[in-house]
Amino acid sequence: MSKKRMSLSRLGYLAASALLVGFSVFPFLYAVSSSLKGRTGLFSPEFLPAHPTLENYVGVFSEQPFAHNLLNSVVVAGGVVLLSLGLSLMAAWALGRVDFRGRGALLLTVLSASMFPQVAVLSGMFELVRWAGLYDHLGALLIADLLLTLPFTVWVLVTFMKQLPRELEEAATMDGVGVFTLVFRIFLPLLWPAVAATGLLAFIAAWNEFLFALTFTLSTEQRTVPVAISMISGPSGYELPWGSIMAASVVVTLPLVGLVLYFQRLIVSGLTAGAVKG
Amino acid sequence: MQGTSTSVAGSASSGAAKAAALSLPEAARPARAGSALAAQRSRRAWLMLAPVGVVLLLVAGWPLARTIWFSFTDAQLGGLADAQFVGLENYLGEYGLLRDEQWWGSVANTLRFALLSVSIETVLGLGVALLLNHPSRGRTLLRAAVLVPWAIPTVVSAKMWSWMLHDQFGVVNHYLMALGLLSAPVAWTANPDLALFTVVLVDVWKTTPFMALLILAALQMVPADCYEAARVDGVPAFTVFRKVTLPLILPGVAVAMIFRLLDALRVFDLIYVMTSNSRTTKSMSVFVREQLIDFQQVGYGSAAATLVFFTIALLTLLYMGLLRPALQKVEA
Repeated sequence: MSKKRMSLSRLGYLAASALLVGFSVFPFLYAVSSSLKGRTGLFSPEFLPAHPTLENYVGVFSEQPFAHNLLNSVVVAGGVVLLSLGLSLMAAWALGRVDFRGRGALLLTVLSASMFPQVAVLSGMFELVRWAGLYDHLGALLIADLLLTLPFTVWVLVTFMKQLPRELEEAATMDGVGVFTLVFRIFLPLLWPAVAATGLLAFIAAWNEFLFALTFTLSTEQRTVPVAISMISGPSGYELPWGSIMAASVVVTLPLVGLVLYFQRLIVSGLTAGAVKG
Repeated sequence: MQGTSTSVAGSASSGAAKAAALSLPEAARPARAGSALAAQRSRRAWLMLAPVGVVLLLVAGWPLARTIWFSFTDAQLGGLADAQFVGLENYLGEYGLLRDEQWWGSVANTLRFALLSVSIETVLGLGVALLLNHPSRGRTLLRAAVLVPWAIPTVVSAKMWSWMLHDQFGVVNHYLMALGLLSAPVAWTANPDLALFTVVLVDVWKTTPFMALLILAALQMVPADCYEAARVDGVPAFTVFRKVTLPLILPGVAVAMIFRLLDALRVFDLIYVMTSNSRTTKSMSVFVREQLIDFQQVGYGSAAATLVFFTIALLTLLYMGLLRPALQKVEA
């Protein structure tokens, strides 16, 4: 290969990379920029706000119960993650390390549960939620969202649990350690990067959940952030307050983007283990 | 942090290596302490599985059974307890689902959406994966940038793009007009000819990274000596890609495609937020929720939900058929 062609393909690589980065990041940057524009600046499309202002951010928190919505999302997503991880660590030990009849069928059931369309359970779940007295209550989401996270966390943790050395468990059993101690005191510390990755992915799924949150909550105070953002409307009802919507969007997205970038490698390994595992 | 985060990928291989180094030949192991111990272990396994089993029955099994049951009744949201059994009326009756143009419209929209977005995502995802697989110093940065759209909640990306695609003040119309590609602003989400195409584009923006990561995982499993041999023989890069890379990653790509297809067939958030109840984009999930909640027709909506479930269940079986080789590896 000649030197000229080498540099040409290098140029192509750089151009494609730049295009990819721009395409991926531009919408979010534009949302940040829009959120900093005042009422008049919003309707001129220049990229950098001429007179940056925080009035949209102040507005979101003073005119909407947005702080409350954020807290709801933290409670729901955090609770769902803790429940899912605790339950699935136990199940993953059984499915990953014990040979018993019916294990293959159970693994397949768990996998197929992760493909479950949410609307298929909507009416049955609605009945359940009302029966339990949880309609318009965060508890409804705490339960319903487990449908999204639990099959996924079980499946991924089984994969990681299998990779622990067998000798460790044999030694522990020799010492007369119970199964809970084994899973939570001996395996958990060894598995923590995998558990963190799985937990983070489950957190993102619960944080972003929209259909259940839209259907099972009614009052503004019980909404989680995706529903709150989808329902922000202006005083007149005709023109949407785009500045406030963008400010709210940045507030819910920034922590996620931060977490994802910080835990990049973990996320990639968790994602691929969840979908293809090889 | 850097150290610990690398150890996830590392722990898998080092763990396996440790196990291999420590494990004695099968014959040298002390004999298993009889079947009583094994029986106790399997009893414990069932005990540890019980909580997940109970929860999954509660959040999936029972509600699904109720949904299917409701689909044979005339249940209304206000009085679920008064539901009367009506047989197949919701499916085959005079006003049944199978004669409902709106339902078939939503089926067609969903299929169009799913096929379009998954095929575009596969092609783009393959390109992005090849780019990410290319050794370079900026690779980490590139992968980070690609993860950004994936990390943004669907509702937020729907809102962000709605603003960017705003017919009067949107930056997309502004740039396209500045470049001379458009002579007048376009109503991207309101124009019935463009609305579906627009939601597909936003979906492509959001989920191509995911597709790319799945394909990248397949790419990284191609043994390096295949490329080595091709390089020694002086085979041109494109031929290597077509004859070596593509056939080897094809199973991985197929699994990723079905995985995404199952996801795309369930599409709700994006379409609900971007085009609310436009007939030209309404998906099956949006149709179901509209019947159940907005029109309070739980029986009818449940019938539609049941059809969605069986469609996706069928495809899931196909997916698992494709996954079986990988699954056997997990079970081994």
